[in-house]
Amino acid sequence: MSVSAIAGDKNNEMTIRITGRFDFSSHQEFRQIYENASPDIKHYVIDMSETTYLDSSALGMLLLLRDHAGGDNADIRIRHCNEDVKKILTISNFGQLFKIE
Amino acid sequence: MNSVTDLKILVADDNRSDRMILKAIVRREGHQVIEAENGHEAVTMYDQFQPDIILMDALMPVMNGLEATRLIKSRAGGELIPIIFLTSLQDAHSLAECLESGGDDFMSKPYSQVILKAKIKAFSRMRVMHAQLEAHNKQMVLEQQVAKAVFDNVAHSGCLDLPNIRYSLSPMAVFNGDTVLAERKPDGSLVLFLGDFTGHGLPAAIGAMPLAEIFYGMVAKGFSIEEVLREVNSRLYSILPTEVFCCAAMVELNLYGKSLRAWVGGVPDLYLHQQQSSQIQKIRSDSLPLGVLEPHAFNPRVTEWPMANGDRIFLWSDGIVEAENTEGEFFGEPRLEALFNGTDSEALFDLILFEVERFSSGVGHSDDITLLTAAMVDIETLGMPRFDASRGAIGGPLDWRMSLELGPQSLKAFNPLPMILNTLVEVEGLRSHSGELYTLISELYSNALEHGVLRLDSKQKASADGFARYYNQREQRLSALESGQVTFRLGHSPEAEGGRLTIELEDSGPGFDYAKANRSADTPSVHYGGRGMALVEKLCDQLQYEGKGNRVTAVFRWPRLESR
Repeated sequence: MSVSAIAGDKNNEMTIRITGRFDFSSHQEFRQIYENASPDIKHYVIDMSETTYLDSSALGMLLLLRDHAGGDNADIRIRHCNEDVKKILTISNFGQLFKIE
Repeated sequence: MNSVTDLKILVADDNRSDRMILKAIVRREGHQVIEAENGHEAVTMYDQFQPDIILMDALMPVMNGLEATRLIKSRAGGELIPIIFLTSLQDAHSLAECLESGGDDFMSKPYSQVILKAKIKAFSRMRVMHAQLEAHNKQMVLEQQVAKAVFDNVAHSGCLDLPNIRYSLSPMAVFNGDTVLAERKPDGSLVLFLGDFTGHGLPAAIGAMPLAEIFYGMVAKGFSIEEVLREVNSRLYSILPTEVFCCAAMVELNLYGKSLRAWVGGVPDLYLHQQQSSQIQKIRSDSLPLGVLEPHAFNPRVTEWPMANGDRIFLWSDGIVEAENTEGEFFGEPRLEALFNGTDSEALFDLILFEVERFSSGVGHSDDITLLTAAMVDIETLGMPRFDASRGAIGGPLDWRMSLELGPQSLKAFNPLPMILNTLVEVEGLRSHSGELYTLISELYSNALEHGVLRLDSKQKASADGFARYYNQREQRLSALESGQVTFRLGHSPEAEGGRLTIELEDSGPGFDYAKANRSADTPSVHYGGRGMALVEKLCDQLQYEGKGNRVTAVFRWPRLESR
């Protein structure tokens, strides 16, 4: 598992890429990435193309990021999910809180 | 616990002069020395003196150091007893063997005194840390036991022991975040809840307590599942940190109306298994989990499904679908669905547990499986629920009248039944009849609202399609409602023995030809709906329609005759 941050096309955008299993063990790393990011960041992209699985703790982390990014006004897109990951996001109806692409 | 100095150190060496040298070094450091001449003696000395550290020669007569180490380590169990091999052996293979037998370190002869002293210090520090860990662990287990005892008292077992319910839940499940609850409503309906909190340990367990308290309190008072869900969501939202929430499902089995009401938020699809056709109907999760949305944004959407006797509803956490085998493969939905194919509904529960366990055998955490199922049965099979009759003043109010008129806003957003029931059971004589009274007022109220104010036709409910259509229409018409009302007029008067309760309901609807309905009342009803009135007549002493059929009065006298 690893979490990495990539600057976006625009300078107020940030992409967070998660590789492998996204679960409780990524808590610290994931949190540090968005907390240490520049305060100008307004748009977030979670790139899940390399994510194999996520558990409910990972859903909790996404909610923390959403709070950090402005709650109901947050702009967070979740991209390139595999079928297993998409299923988990669908069951928990996270489409109501995040843009799943 | 010994400090870093003043340790009991066992020196096991068959060579007397080596023993003397070791003894001198160790004593100079302020430690106490126990001696053994061979492996067998070392084990005996271990048993007798419980040393803190052992310096062990590998090659000794009678029993060598490797064998002695194996025996001592197995006797020590969870306690850390560091064993350092002091050996003339030099080849890597032999040294590795020392560690494999359970040794913690080795030094080759001739050894350096400085390093030996440093190693004794290092291992004694490790012992202190290990003991602290053990103590913390013990403390944690103790705390968990207390927390579990408190949780068990709050969550008790509800009515999970009813003959139509089966469930599987690990005894310490509360610490992996899983919760299973069941309670009866005053009208006899059965409400089930399955929840899965995010995370593990105490953070996952902590939300289960307010959840259980709200669930049992509100269900037993007759609140609808939407109301219970709203309350649970708002409580969890306010007390839990953002990242902790509860994936859950709640269902209500209406044993009279033979229907199921279901809400699913974040757990895998529920399966409704129809016994007759052996088909399954999946009920999908269409809501966010509990504790995620702010109270004002949380709007539980409940779906309605017809259910015949013998049909079963299955609720589960993701533990089943995500059970892994030794190859890291998931059990998955296709395997789960295949089990339902042609299996007798009674046997399904055991089959699912058996197959999931078999699939994940060798992986070793199959106790994470949380499964809950209930069958539709007749109310006679379960009897009516008994609620605590020990509150309130003796006698209570005996001569009173009250009325309550609900306008369109209230009809949309308010369930008057718990409030009315709570008022009625202030009369001591009525308290033990709360189940019958709840059924009576809820049937009369839904008739007044659905057939009166909303003008829905109960004949629609005769088919499974129509059943769904009926409840869709009910929802649409209710949310579009702009005028209309339902009025309750309740009164109680004392009699020579006991008392007499009158319940009158009037609605703003067009009424119906009750004389004609009476004439055809002999025809046995085979519909999903339409059972309401026959039931209401059985529950009260007198039932009378008046006016154009938009007003009905029921009389309920107590004490009830035994024959009833």
